[in-house]
Amino acid sequence: MDIIALMFNLDGKVAQNPFMDNQYGWILNLVFYAIFFAFIFYGQKLQMWVMLRDVETSLYKLKHLKEEGRKVTIETIKEIGKPQTDPTSRIDRFLEYFTIAPQNLDPAGVVWKLEHILDVRDTRFKDEVKLMAPSADETQANNLENTLEAEMALNYIYKVIRHFYLLGKKTFSLYVIMQIQMILPLVMREAEAYASALKAFAFGQPIGDGAGSLVAAKLMHGQETRKLPKDCVGATIQLEGRTAFVLKAEGPGGNVGKPGDAIKTVIDENEGKIAMVVMIDAAMKLEGEEVGEVAEGVGAAIGGPGVDQFKIEESIVKYHIPVHAVIIKEDIGDAVSPMRKEVSDAVDKAIERTRQLILERTKEGDKVIIAGIGNTIGIGQ
Amino acid sequence: MEGTKAQSNGKVRIPMFVLLVMLIILAFCLTAIILAINMFESNPTIAGYLLLGGVLALAAATYALMQVRRRIASLRIEAPPVTTTIECKKCGFKSVRPFQRGDYVFKEAEKCEKCSNPMTVTAIFKEIKEKDKEHHSF
Repeated sequence: MDIIALMFNLDGKVAQNPFMDNQYGWILNLVFYAIFFAFIFYGQKLQMWVMLRDVETSLYKLKHLKEEGRKVTIETIKEIGKPQTDPTSRIDRFLEYFTIAPQNLDPAGVVWKLEHILDVRDTRFKDEVKLMAPSADETQANNLENTLEAEMALNYIYKVIRHFYLLGKKTFSLYVIMQIQMILPLVMREAEAYASALKAFAFGQPIGDGAGSLVAAKLMHGQETRKLPKDCVGATIQLEGRTAFVLKAEGPGGNVGKPGDAIKTVIDENEGKIAMVVMIDAAMKLEGEEVGEVAEGVGAAIGGPGVDQFKIEESIVKYHIPVHAVIIKEDIGDAVSPMRKEVSDAVDKAIERTRQLILERTKEGDKVIIAGIGNTIGIGQ
Repeated sequence: MEGTKAQSNGKVRIPMFVLLVMLIILAFCLTAIILAINMFESNPTIAGYLLLGGVLALAAATYALMQVRRRIASLRIEAPPVTTTIECKKCGFKSVRPFQRGDYVFKEAEKCEKCSNPMTVTAIFKEIKEKDKEHHSF
């Protein structure tokens, strides 16, 4: 009892209500004004601390995702590739690889320069994977390459966010901290998508981006297939009295192929006598739209750095071939993580829409190209 | 599914040190509340302050514990299980099983339980539970 009285400095007497008492009221007033002026002069600093704390929390999560991804990658390479030596240092070195985009000060011919650089990158990645995982077959090597690329993306995101966080802390500039804090929710979404993708690639599961490939695979399944440039396969089928050249990237390893080259080859082989090109791909949905919604439009439905889109557009313009697109909607997380049931179910709807499109826009006996675009991981033919 | 080996069992583990600190704070809160109850008749004002302080500290400690739990839970990404659908082209028998490494769409899978013909993988997908899906009225 005495200790409590001492704690409250009351000498054994108890104040009735210290908050209403005049003796203590001025202290409360003083505290109020102190806080008021502190917020006036240091409000921005407090706001920056809160923002920095926000970025720091996300940075911890990014670090966790990166470390987890690295662990999964190393384990998968050891399990599948059975290397003689520990691949950890080689993997860590691989994660730091970068690609320098070509100079576009004079844009003429930049596509070919970009294509060349991407080819060099691809060859280098494949060689590195062979060295890391000598026992992996072609399908497994492609999956491992995709796994490493997902981990590279996670590593890069972590480093960029860490850079801005440390720069913000060092300069204590509101604008440096603010710009990264504002885009953080979107960055985190992307990082989580890559983390899911990494696991899907490591296990060779089909991903949402493969919706287009799955459409083509369903159409060509059971038919004789042939290889097309580059890393693509094609089959000739009869569809509603038309001859359809169905093509996709060669599966089931993680691969997007070069549909631009494949479409160009088929068009050239038929001397441009193609009534229509239909491209089927997964596309980004807007918030509020349903996953697996199928929509139709015109144009070359293909993502990536733009080289293949350029090549397709060049080929179709040369022979004035109409190009139509069927898309299956999903968000970034769905596109790179294991395929959702809604997307898998939408494949049949996309086939039906393609069939309708061909029926309505071409005549019997015409030749059409149906190109299923996307990463064909976990999808055979 | 092999993937589940790398995933956690769904429980959130709070670090021992944090748990220990929280338990000490909770012990202090409980002592303050018990002290307040004991001296309620002899000194109601001090008992009131002790009770108020104890309850507030208890609420703050519980909130902090929940925050730590939430933060740890946010670090984990829950991956829904991936299933493989296999079908027999001859008799139409359909079976669904967890995904196994090496499965791919149109792969020739195990033999049919009914007619012993080889079955084919026809779909591989993950199913998101209804409660995890986004709901909006627009």
